[in-house]
Amino acid sequence: MRVDSAKRLTERALAAIAIALAVSGPFIFNEYWVGFILTQTFLLGIAAASLIFLSAYGGMVSLAQVALYGIAGFALGNMVTTEGKGLILGWNPWLSIVLAILITTLVGFVFGAISSRSAGIYFLMITLTYSVIANYFFGQVTVVSGFSGISGIDLRAPSFVGAEAEDPTRLYYVALVVAVLVYALLRFVRRTPFGLALQGVRDEPVRMASLGFSVPLHRTLAFTLAAFVASLAGILYVWWNGQIDPATIGLQGTIDLLIIAVLGGLGRLEGAWIGAFFFIVINNYVRDVELPLVGGSFNTIIGLVFLAIVVLSPDGLSGLWDRAWGLIRRGGAGPDRPAVATGTAGPA
Amino acid sequence: MTGTLHRPLQLAARGLLVGGIAFVLLYVLVIADPSPDIGGNWRTTTFGSAFDDWQSFARTLLNGLTFAGLLFIVASGFSLIFGLMRVVNMAHGSFFLVGGYLAYEVQQEMTGAEGGFGILGEEVNTWEWVLPALVAAGVIAVVGLGVQQVFLRWNQGQELRQALITIAISVIVADQVIAHFNGGIASSVTWPGWSNRLISLPLLGFDYSLARLVVLTLGVSVGVALWTWLYRTRTGMVIRAGVDDRQMTSALGINIQLTFAIAFLVGSALAAVGGVVGASQGSVAAGQDGQWLLNSLVVVIIGGLGSLLGAVAGSLLYGLVFSFSAVYLPTTGDNCCTQYSIVFTFILLALVLAFRPQGLFGRAG
Repeated sequence: MRVDSAKRLTERALAAIAIALAVSGPFIFNEYWVGFILTQTFLLGIAAASLIFLSAYGGMVSLAQVALYGIAGFALGNMVTTEGKGLILGWNPWLSIVLAILITTLVGFVFGAISSRSAGIYFLMITLTYSVIANYFFGQVTVVSGFSGISGIDLRAPSFVGAEAEDPTRLYYVALVVAVLVYALLRFVRRTPFGLALQGVRDEPVRMASLGFSVPLHRTLAFTLAAFVASLAGILYVWWNGQIDPATIGLQGTIDLLIIAVLGGLGRLEGAWIGAFFFIVINNYVRDVELPLVGGSFNTIIGLVFLAIVVLSPDGLSGLWDRAWGLIRRGGAGPDRPAVATGTAGPA
Repeated sequence: MTGTLHRPLQLAARGLLVGGIAFVLLYVLVIADPSPDIGGNWRTTTFGSAFDDWQSFARTLLNGLTFAGLLFIVASGFSLIFGLMRVVNMAHGSFFLVGGYLAYEVQQEMTGAEGGFGILGEEVNTWEWVLPALVAAGVIAVVGLGVQQVFLRWNQGQELRQALITIAISVIVADQVIAHFNGGIASSVTWPGWSNRLISLPLLGFDYSLARLVVLTLGVSVGVALWTWLYRTRTGMVIRAGVDDRQMTSALGINIQLTFAIAFLVGSALAAVGGVVGASQGSVAAGQDGQWLLNSLVVVIIGGLGSLLGAVAGSLLYGLVFSFSAVYLPTTGDNCCTQYSIVFTFILLALVLAFRPQGLFGRAG
């Protein structure tokens, strides 16, 4: 038990340092890190957190989170822009944000309801088809996007965000606040009666059903909540990037988000932002490295890193962390089961 | 779903389903109208109904069937591997892609058209198509076997981890294809000269691509061969036993690992053959790995994972819906409605999952 409390203390200290660094970020780091790497970490971390929430507490690994985040981005883009491609509705930014979140959450509800009677590997496959179909939809339907996508969305962001190009620190803080709120929300949901029932559904669906809980309903509602979270990431993304096109939510994007979640660890929410940070840093600083013998671009390196992680430590970096503390506690033996299967989330 | 309250809801849902299917069939068969010179309404389509223009209808039907033939070749391999080993091979699309490119390289080498723009059909004889296909199938079969032995043999039962591993492999392959195969640009394998032409179909009275009929024939042959193998040989019997109960089969003294290896060899080879056919029919290009992974997923989710009959049914349904939705949606204006054809793939998937979560021919659990 002493080791457990030491671990908890260490984690709290690390979390405090991370928060302090994040809050004072614009005064410490240069503009590239603030505007590019850290803001992107916060918003991709939110999307990854929606994936990890479903996986850790619902036992559902969803590949549709990028599609949902894209739907929010496209919805917002169609509603706010006043020129260019898409519907060009030119609506009030605030109204559009609310509607974009509502639309995405509704789509998430429908997606979730359709796949709610499937679990495990079937769920992964079904959500992958959602993702690819959404990608084709926005590629084909020129009314709402078409191949080249929608641009100039950042120019129509509410004034407290402003255009990213002019002052990146505003969006930085918005993304940080949303990330912290999302983290707090998902941690809170875990302890509510709904969250507890969801974890029951994850471990023992048959037993929960015989206790009178509706298994499909819990899965659907969890998926809807995750869609809501993903929509926040999508809105931050279009403010940050200014434009969105079908390629953003293609297979590459879908797999990148999965890599982020697996890198951070599918068992713990914190892993979302840890994974996003490492992924973005690798992506930025390994771009020009060429592998000897096999050749290829940095994507080969990303793939190899991903392969190494799923082969060596399926719980990702946060799993390695837990395992290291397990070693200290037991003086040798690691955890019995990977957190991917059991989904146990440790205290932060 | 057996509660008393659910009963009327369920009946209503089934009624809606049957009504919807009936409407779609009626629309295609009689309701649709050919385009007038100006304007149009919800009945206006490119060709009109089957009643108005039955030749176009028959052509669309044939297009759907030939696409289904290709779908079946690729998806049956995916389904075979899943049915026996519960491995979702997310690298199946990558095997398809590399298979197509390998055949392209070999054919370029054989016909001496290295780096050329394209080969004319007359320059290719049957052998110069079959050998590249065999090379591609052989190489990919061995690659698939290697992947299974190195990455998937020691973690059996950890379905998610295996899926993640094959996703990692597909990420690496996708990048390596761009580095080593023609820069990942669209590349075509050329059909042998005799098939690269139109023939007039008896009874139907229009010309149709012979190559497309070859694809259909190949699809049917693969289906018949797989059925014979699975239901009329000893190896097939062992595979079916393994699908039913893996532990019991190995307890009977059967080397189940050998069976797994064979299934992975055959499944990967089928992906490669599909890639060669796909590259001959159109072309292969970087990014198609994802497209064909989706195609395989849709077919097996509709048909039911691990079922040969399911793969047939899934391929036919998906192929026909794909082909008809592209042509038989109303064309009332610039923005409506043929661009929405992709939605029908989703509707098909959603309907099957809503009424039979395990797929049409899949077993529950």
